[in-house]
Amino acid sequence: MATLPQRFDPEQYQAVTREVLAAHRDEPGALLPILHDIQDRLGAVPPEVLPLIAEDLCLSRAEVHGVVSFYHDFRASPPGRVHLKLCQAEACQSMGAKALTAELQEKLGLQLGETRPDGSLTLEAVYCLGNCACAPNAMLNGELHGRVDVEDLLDLLEEQEARV
Amino acid sequence: MNSPITVYVPRDASALSLGADKVARAIVAEAKARNLDVQLVRNGSRGLFWLEPLVEVATPAGRVAYGPVKARDVAGLFDAGFLDAGEHPLALGLTEEIDYLKRQQRLTFARAGITDPLSLADYIAHDGYRGLKRALAIGSEAIIAEVLESGLRGRGGAAFPTGIKWRTVAGCEAAQKYIVCNADEGDSGTFSDRMVMEDDPFVLIEGMTIAALAVGATEGYIYLRSEYPHAEAALQATIATANAEGYLGDDILGSGKAFHLHLRRGAGAYVCGEETSLLESLEGKRGEVRPKPPLPAIEGLFGQPTVINNVISLASVPIILDKGGAYYKDYGMGRSLGTLPIQLTGNIARGGLIELAFGITLRELLYDYGGGSASGRPIRAVQVGGPLGAYLPEAQFDTPLDYEAFAALGAVLGHGGIVVFDDTVDMADMARYAMEFCAIESCGKCTPCRIGSTRGEELLEQIIVARSEGPQPGRIELLKSLCDTMLGASLCALGGMTPYPVLSALNHFPEDFGVSQDAAEAR
Repeated sequence: MATLPQRFDPEQYQAVTREVLAAHRDEPGALLPILHDIQDRLGAVPPEVLPLIAEDLCLSRAEVHGVVSFYHDFRASPPGRVHLKLCQAEACQSMGAKALTAELQEKLGLQLGETRPDGSLTLEAVYCLGNCACAPNAMLNGELHGRVDVEDLLDLLEEQEARV
Repeated sequence: MNSPITVYVPRDASALSLGADKVARAIVAEAKARNLDVQLVRNGSRGLFWLEPLVEVATPAGRVAYGPVKARDVAGLFDAGFLDAGEHPLALGLTEEIDYLKRQQRLTFARAGITDPLSLADYIAHDGYRGLKRALAIGSEAIIAEVLESGLRGRGGAAFPTGIKWRTVAGCEAAQKYIVCNADEGDSGTFSDRMVMEDDPFVLIEGMTIAALAVGATEGYIYLRSEYPHAEAALQATIATANAEGYLGDDILGSGKAFHLHLRRGAGAYVCGEETSLLESLEGKRGEVRPKPPLPAIEGLFGQPTVINNVISLASVPIILDKGGAYYKDYGMGRSLGTLPIQLTGNIARGGLIELAFGITLRELLYDYGGGSASGRPIRAVQVGGPLGAYLPEAQFDTPLDYEAFAALGAVLGHGGIVVFDDTVDMADMARYAMEFCAIESCGKCTPCRIGSTRGEELLEQIIVARSEGPQPGRIELLKSLCDTMLGASLCALGGMTPYPVLSALNHFPEDFGVSQDAAEAR
């Protein structure tokens, strides 16, 4: 995952949005792929691009907003440079995910769903990463880690922070 | 110079999550340092996840396995002569002779872990695309007859006969028909779809192509959940290869028939695993559930006749076409025919993928295969069939895995996922979580699900807070009444089945709700 800008340059995001829209011009029902492509490149779907998308697809701004806000993946601002998702689903719970989450939240001083003010770290809940025989699981900047404990996660975070 | 020795290190996400890439790099580096000629193949996973990363070496006697291997073990493996099947504490002998694997009946997963998932040549060398060739030779009606004969029922959870769905779509007149693969495997405790897509993706592409030939569809979509980046990469690569080699595109194997396959990424909405919600999402809309009828088979994607099947259903089709419906049907029991890829997960010593004919009992799975809990404590409950599946207590562990046997208990087999909990589990909290999850993931279209889940979560929080103070019959009655409304009046399975885990937890583990066992039975 690329290092993500915390602030958008309006000209840049408009240009990216136009490029993405052009690339999906002939595709039926392309709104989700369009939103994904914008988020893959900008780290978020900034609210300012919604009118551009609406105009291009002949939809109302409300319809586009309705889609963006329906799906958990789409975000209005980029996540922290390090993005840790902790699985909260049943299989991970059976292997202590709740206690793990509580301990990690305390050690990091950050709750699920929060980003540090300096944009260095986002902690998020996720519901199933499909690695349920190796619980508990976490995904760190797109990489899956199985059978993790708090020490593993703190090590991985340190390693990742050094990298980005 | 001797020919290179082939070493296999899986590329499956589970193996990667336990350090397979580091192991692979260490093997390459160590071989180079020792001037040994090693050819590294990144195969799929065999699904023996407590042994991952599972390293295999090709020997004249067959493939031998070592696991679980960490990068720091690699030098020691070379010292022990693992390239010649040398003895080592991690040695497991011939892979095919590992009991857990040997006792399975792998039909859908026949190639998983054996081949390089991205290699079309490997796929074909291991009986791949034989089903498609036969399908092209026998034509639409005979394809559907084979699938009907096989008894295959939708493996996504609803267990609707696949052949009947196909026959309905085939019988519709339309300018455009679609094949949609539901790869939104959001249930906790499941990963068999992911394994197909990462470890043998061509089998899904082949199954979808056969479906397209059967019903006369020329366009197909795989709707893949965004939590599966490795599956996305594997599908992108193999779809490109299939297009380049004439297995997809305008003229499949020179037959003049076209099938164009597109990959779409979901966006983190669990409800999009519900078929009509998935279709809305593919059309670029909010993933809200559609009322049925009309059935998707008649008015599906973009209002056109659409086959929508789960990954495992579609991936089971190639072997049915290759070996015949009768061959597949020979496995299984009653009306549950063929094999079920079971996923044994959670607090279990030997978790993994177990493909077997229907009919094995939970107890055999949990103890003979799974070896009991990972924690070493007694197993108290298992949840079968994902977040909408019932919790089963030990008294029900002798139930055979069979759609009808589970239905008789008020439980579901679903997608074959089993999550194991030891005796530290708080079942009232698991019931609360079921409501919480439903509240987070409800699409909002119908009131019983949207409002009921939130009220249910609040009610269970109150029950949990007050349970040490004695029975609270008023709240328990209210919870049952709320579940009754959700069961009967929700538009889809999310709201309609969330009561399964809630009520089964209450019925089988009343002591966790502050209700005595006797009082629960009296009701």
